[in-house]
Amino acid sequence: MKPYGIIAEFDTPEDLVRAARQARDRGFRRIETYTPFPVPEIEDIIRHRNWLPLVVLICGATGTLTGYLLQTYIAVYDYPINVGGRPLHSWPSFVVIMFELTVLFAAFGAFFGTLIFNGLPRPYHPVGNARGFEAASQNRFYLAIEAADPQFDAEDTARFLASLNPERVEHVAG
Amino acid sequence: MKATADIAPGQTFGSVTDKIADIVLTRRTPLTWFAVMYVAVLLVGLFVIAVSWLLYKGVGVWGIKIPVAWGFAITNFVWWIGIGHAGTLISAILLLLNQKWRNSINRFAEAMTLFAVACAGVFPLLHLGRPWLFYWLFPYPNTMNIQPQFRSPLVWDVFAVSTYATVSLLFWYLGLLPDLAAFRDRAKSSVVYKTYGVLSLGWRGTSNEWTYHRTASLLLAGLATPLVLSVHTVVSFDFTISILPGWHSTIFPPYFVAGAIYSGFAMVLVLAIPIRTVYGLKGLITERHLENSAKVMLATGLIVAYAYMIEPFTAWYGGNEYEMYAFWNRAFGPYWWAFLLNVTCNVFIPQVLWFRSIRRNTVALFAVSLTILYGMWLERYVIIITSLHRDFLPSSWGQFSGTFWDHATFYGTIGLFLFLFLLFIRFLPMISIYEVRELVHETVRDNR
Repeated sequence: MKPYGIIAEFDTPEDLVRAARQARDRGFRRIETYTPFPVPEIEDIIRHRNWLPLVVLICGATGTLTGYLLQTYIAVYDYPINVGGRPLHSWPSFVVIMFELTVLFAAFGAFFGTLIFNGLPRPYHPVGNARGFEAASQNRFYLAIEAADPQFDAEDTARFLASLNPERVEHVAG
Repeated sequence: MKATADIAPGQTFGSVTDKIADIVLTRRTPLTWFAVMYVAVLLVGLFVIAVSWLLYKGVGVWGIKIPVAWGFAITNFVWWIGIGHAGTLISAILLLLNQKWRNSINRFAEAMTLFAVACAGVFPLLHLGRPWLFYWLFPYPNTMNIQPQFRSPLVWDVFAVSTYATVSLLFWYLGLLPDLAAFRDRAKSSVVYKTYGVLSLGWRGTSNEWTYHRTASLLLAGLATPLVLSVHTVVSFDFTISILPGWHSTIFPPYFVAGAIYSGFAMVLVLAIPIRTVYGLKGLITERHLENSAKVMLATGLIVAYAYMIEPFTAWYGGNEYEMYAFWNRAFGPYWWAFLLNVTCNVFIPQVLWFRSIRRNTVALFAVSLTILYGMWLERYVIIITSLHRDFLPSSWGQFSGTFWDHATFYGTIGLFLFLFLLFIRFLPMISIYEVRELVHETVRDNR
């Protein structure tokens, strides 16, 4: 079976950041980190296109438009109520629900966008095969170099990771 | 280094994880939990009986009748939804303001929001008279060919409260994901492993996951901030858009929002003070949290006091006789006792929070918080009852008093709230573990 890659365990986020930077400078492309809390420095090393703000903007705008069209259609065309001859298209009174639907749609965008862009829910991931990997969600920091990396070589990469002063290095099955 | 810290010294990533996770996964449930749960279940029983009786007989079992058709139901609704607002303030507004001290109290404050909104939602639904037709509130194509009236603040309220409940739930669940993964990875039995594994959606803590998680948290905080202000504003519109003396006032939106946060922080303290004692969490929920919450209560309490003063002033300055009568009647009419208690609990007693010795004394703080919760309930009672019971025409005046079933439903929702909250602290991480790890990391780095 094709292996997932090699992981190295670190004690502190600072050690992990230093190791991840060296791995990137060495030319590895398929590197991944696993941390128990967000480490902002990692974001500069492993760059991701973050589409979420754009998605949320589009969802929010859809919400505003939905709110306006829904209320205008119902209040003006579908079920017009004449209240003392006041205009049917009384848009200022539609603002509240337009705002609420903007927030609602945008929040759905933010939540489901996060899940979709992260590929969640994902019941199985090979990195979970690593011994003691449970600590990744507790108090340890992991750097993985995946077998899919063009530079990956089982022995060379393991030797390189060992040179970064980790607690330990492990080959992970796929 | 500050005298009182956000977190007690000597904590590590592992120690905070152990401390919070062990409460759920390994430690014995304290006897206090069972004792409070017993009371909560009794009250939930009362709630079930009260609601069944209401559904069987109709809303007439409550004391509501014309002219006071809102009575306890809307008082309770506004009270509960106001309590929820402190949770959103802590989780969203304080996140945007980069207030690190929020990290150890935001999780249970958000849970408090969800359960308070659930209790709030019960009342307008039951007040409908035929709650099983609640979906008529929403616009949908129907064979009756009727649609909601979008110029009515009551319809705005439907959208505001349901959006608020949904966004609070999404925000809360998103924050829970990394901690549910931590529980999954500590599980000793396969049932526990599978339960938290499914709930955590396979969270691994990759750089990609954290990047999106951080962005989504900030975006949701940015969305929840205007949302929480809008919700109580819309609740106040239910009153101000009418022309009733005592309700028809432009000061209501800010006054209601301040009052909501006031009562919400009181509830945070009522929950936090026993929890940190019973579960030994004084190193995570420190005196600084209690003191800051007390300061927020003091500030919002003063805004509320200002509104109490400016309302009669505006009535007098406006010179409208009905408006002037409404405020005279509020203070000296048949409900003078409620008004006096309201002002005593909300304005006079909380002034003791100016003293640091009171803010640091958990027993005193707990007592003041209960007083404020009671005072804020009375505030809504006074606003609703005294304004409705005497409006323009003396021939249509009337009196209101709550019946046994009014009280039973209200105490029932307190039981429901406690019941849900106790389940939450038993089965979910009541403190956000990953955010406390961040706090540990920053504290260690700053001290180096």
